[in-house]
Amino acid sequence: MDRLKYFLPSFVFVALAILLWRGLYLDTRTLPSMLIDKPLPEFTLANVVGEPVSNSDLPDEIFLLNVWGSYCLPCLIEHPTFMRLSEEGEIPVVGINYKDRNKLAKDWLETNGNPFSFSIEDLDGRFGIDLGVYGAPETYLVDADGVIRYRHVSVLDETVWNKEFLPAIAELKAESN
Amino acid sequence: MIPELGQFSLILAFCLSILLGTLPMIGAARGNILWMNLARPLAAGTFVFLSISIGILAYAFATDDFSVQIVAAQSNSLLPMQYKLTALWGGHEGSFLLWTFMLSGWMLAVSVFSKSMPIEFVARVLGVLGLLCVAYILFMLATSNPFMRIVPLPPGDGSDLNTALQDFGFIVHPPTLYMGYVGFSVVFAFAIAALLSGRLDAAWARWSRPWANISWAILTIGIALGSWWAYYELGWGGWWAWDPVENPPLITWLLGTALIHSLAVTEKRGVFKSWTVLLAILAFSGSLLGTFITRSGLLTSVHAFASDPTRGVFILGILGIAVGGALLLFAFRAPLMKSEFGFGLVSREIFLLANNVLLVVSAASIFLGTLFPMVYQALTDDLISIGPPYFNAIFGPLMVLLILILGVGPMSRWKRTSTSYLVQQLAKVAAVSIAIGLVLPLLVLFEISFAAIVCVVLASWIVLSMAKDLRNKIINKETVSKGLRALSLSYYGMQIAHIGVAVMLIGVGLTSYFSIERSVLLAPGATVTLGSYAFRFDGSEPIRGPNYVADQATFSISKDDSSLGELYPERRIYLATGTPSTEMAIDAGFLRDLFITLGEEKEDGAWTMTVYVKPFVRWIWLGAIFMAAGGTLAAADKRYRRLRQRKFAKDIAAKEKLDSGNLQPASS
Amino acid sequence: MRTFRYLNCICLSVLFILGVAPDSIAQVDTFEFDNDVQQQRFRTLSDELRCPMCQNTNLSGSTGGVAEDLRREIHRMILGGMSDRDIERFMFERYGDFIFYRPRLTAQTLLLWFGPLCFLLVGGFFARGIFKRAKEVDDIESELDESQKARLNELIGGK
Repeated sequence: MDRLKYFLPSFVFVALAILLWRGLYLDTRTLPSMLIDKPLPEFTLANVVGEPVSNSDLPDEIFLLNVWGSYCLPCLIEHPTFMRLSEEGEIPVVGINYKDRNKLAKDWLETNGNPFSFSIEDLDGRFGIDLGVYGAPETYLVDADGVIRYRHVSVLDETVWNKEFLPAIAELKAESN
Repeated sequence: MIPELGQFSLILAFCLSILLGTLPMIGAARGNILWMNLARPLAAGTFVFLSISIGILAYAFATDDFSVQIVAAQSNSLLPMQYKLTALWGGHEGSFLLWTFMLSGWMLAVSVFSKSMPIEFVARVLGVLGLLCVAYILFMLATSNPFMRIVPLPPGDGSDLNTALQDFGFIVHPPTLYMGYVGFSVVFAFAIAALLSGRLDAAWARWSRPWANISWAILTIGIALGSWWAYYELGWGGWWAWDPVENPPLITWLLGTALIHSLAVTEKRGVFKSWTVLLAILAFSGSLLGTFITRSGLLTSVHAFASDPTRGVFILGILGIAVGGALLLFAFRAPLMKSEFGFGLVSREIFLLANNVLLVVSAASIFLGTLFPMVYQALTDDLISIGPPYFNAIFGPLMVLLILILGVGPMSRWKRTSTSYLVQQLAKVAAVSIAIGLVLPLLVLFEISFAAIVCVVLASWIVLSMAKDLRNKIINKETVSKGLRALSLSYYGMQIAHIGVAVMLIGVGLTSYFSIERSVLLAPGATVTLGSYAFRFDGSEPIRGPNYVADQATFSISKDDSSLGELYPERRIYLATGTPSTEMAIDAGFLRDLFITLGEEKEDGAWTMTVYVKPFVRWIWLGAIFMAAGGTLAAADKRYRRLRQRKFAKDIAAKEKLDSGNLQPASS
Repeated sequence: MRTFRYLNCICLSVLFILGVAPDSIAQVDTFEFDNDVQQQRFRTLSDELRCPMCQNTNLSGSTGGVAEDLRREIHRMILGGMSDRDIERFMFERYGDFIFYRPRLTAQTLLLWFGPLCFLLVGGFFARGIFKRAKEVDDIESELDESQKARLNELIGGK
């Protein structure tokens, strides 16, 4: 028994090594959203073309809320996916033009195409804070009652759409039936 | 062609270290003197080839050879020469070559300064270091080759060194830090050699102490340099962030501090043997852990290199084999090393035991805080942050306890000390310390702060108890100077190092609670006052540097109407990448720092800026310097040199006896 | 005072300050507050809240981005009369535990907050074990001393 205590450091070390090994494969950078299963925060802002918008202007069905900016390169990379979704009418996409300049945003939409039903203009990032946004691009999946059900951070390409969003949407549809 | 020579040299070093890691150790186990004697030349050879390797890499940086991947990633043709060379350790591959080079340097030092140790011991020590070298070079060749080339089209210019690294701090901090950090491999190798031979006596402790002390001293300076650099680099006067990459050197340092104290006990009293060996293994693990965290992307940090789980797994493997193997060896061999001597409840051994417990608990707590976010995420799938508020709350009280013991320990006697003696010696010291702590902050700073009082009380406690001990030791000599000369270097080393603790404590305490700052928008000619200092903004003008353009502002600072000179903060844009950066201006003083950080230019030449007054902040690093000096002094003790001379003389005498054929037994 | 300047010189040369031009990446915003207490609250909150998008920096130390917006919000909330607890709750509702550098005390963080105390107790336990063994050896030695003393007395007394 006395000799066994000399093995204590070895045991502790083995446990630690396993822990460290496990830890190598964790994603420490993606923050889980605090607003899952909570209603979308209230807002009264303007959209990119100057019309006033608020929560009542949001679609009455499941939709995507995409945070984007003309300065954001990954937003350009995921842009084709949103264009396809909006052209095929698969799901409405509402944009949040986050901390951008109105002229630059309008130019960006003109040059690249506008997949959004409308884009809420969040000039000072205040609405973004209420959503817990920490960097564009981010995309929220919002259900028909205006409750946030899922958030994806960074580029939403076709792979992400198929692997993460389609199953989530199917689940939501099954729930409401 | 030349970079390939560098890689070839690295491979040669690899081969030599394989030989070094095997032959001498086998020789030691079998009593084969020839193989054991191979250790020193093999160590020297490994050093030579690693020097060539890193030299060639430095040459590639100096000559802007952008066909070498890391030169293209870290350097740029516009970079001033000193930063071209130091860009070598700006990325993972180059810095790991530096790490390995440091190890070979220590190996060389051991092979040179080990003449008084038996050859089996030296063979084993160098063998262990050689095995570490094998692991590190294999890691480089397999996953992180610094000589990787860009084919077929090398870029015309490099991506430039991160602007935060284009600074003097970057020239000195990493090499010093690595030197100290890697130095703990030596005392680790000493511990393994002791375990392998099954013998651990006072001689082993005596041999190990200088190596442990000097590594510790260098690590102290390395960490202090990092803190100093962060302070003036980052611009808001922070000097320690408890970042996941900063913490492992501190953990190693704390374990190293426990180790140097424990070694002292083992040498003088023959107790704590297996504990000291375990500490040596743990301190070394701290250094490997640091490398692991920095290079594996395990934890999020501003200091971390680009993350790669493959590299992480490899280093974890090295950790597993080196530390796991060492701990298993410890489990099997340590029970054979029983202490022969005892000690009573109130004795110097007990106080040093308490010192060790507190230091190891502090190290373990910081370790816990550093890794806990990862544990939390593994368990709950949620993210949590642990930062300065947690670490300060835990570390502070532990240090307070440690400092209380610091006053008593040196005064206590080995084996048995009378409690009443200690109380009698220190009661007045305690009372005076408390008095000073209550009065001084009030007089100097005109306000009552619990934290300031605690810091001053503790610092006085250290200084006064030390003074009392000194007085006790020289009071019986005829003159003061005779008394002072009779004291050993290692005693002075201890006192200077302990004063360093007091000095650092004052710096930490007062700067943390009494720094003031103000952010303002100033037009040219306007003045902002902070405390008793006035900062007058005299306008800005554009200037040009070697690889940047900048707006340089001029400030005149004064205190109570007497001028203190001018400061020139800048706002730079580096030409290679267009990265902006703010450049602070500091008026450094013994009792306080004043500094200014520029923000942005607004209309009509007005600038936003922040001014700071930070009292006693330099004392933090001054304390570290004292500690390092004290630690080095203790290792330079005459005892060690005298012993070598005596042994040398004895060897000569024995040899003469043998030669003259006179084999009579020594007369009684 | 001359002594200080002399020591100052030593410090300066030892610490390589002369000729070193420091760099920094600090942010500078100029928020005005009604009084120093508010300024201090702002500083403490910005120091103890983490920037959600940076590599382990607090709000005080990050330039631009979300950190700047959050500092602006803190400024607005302090001027608006919200307490520190309210401000922290605001942050928690949006960013979760991640944003606190001082972890909340929950069932899952018990190990974190009480770990060091446990370490201290375990350390003390092991130290006690080491001490008890040492005391045994010490007692045996002092016993020997005692019996030697007795023998000595015998010898002397005998004479």
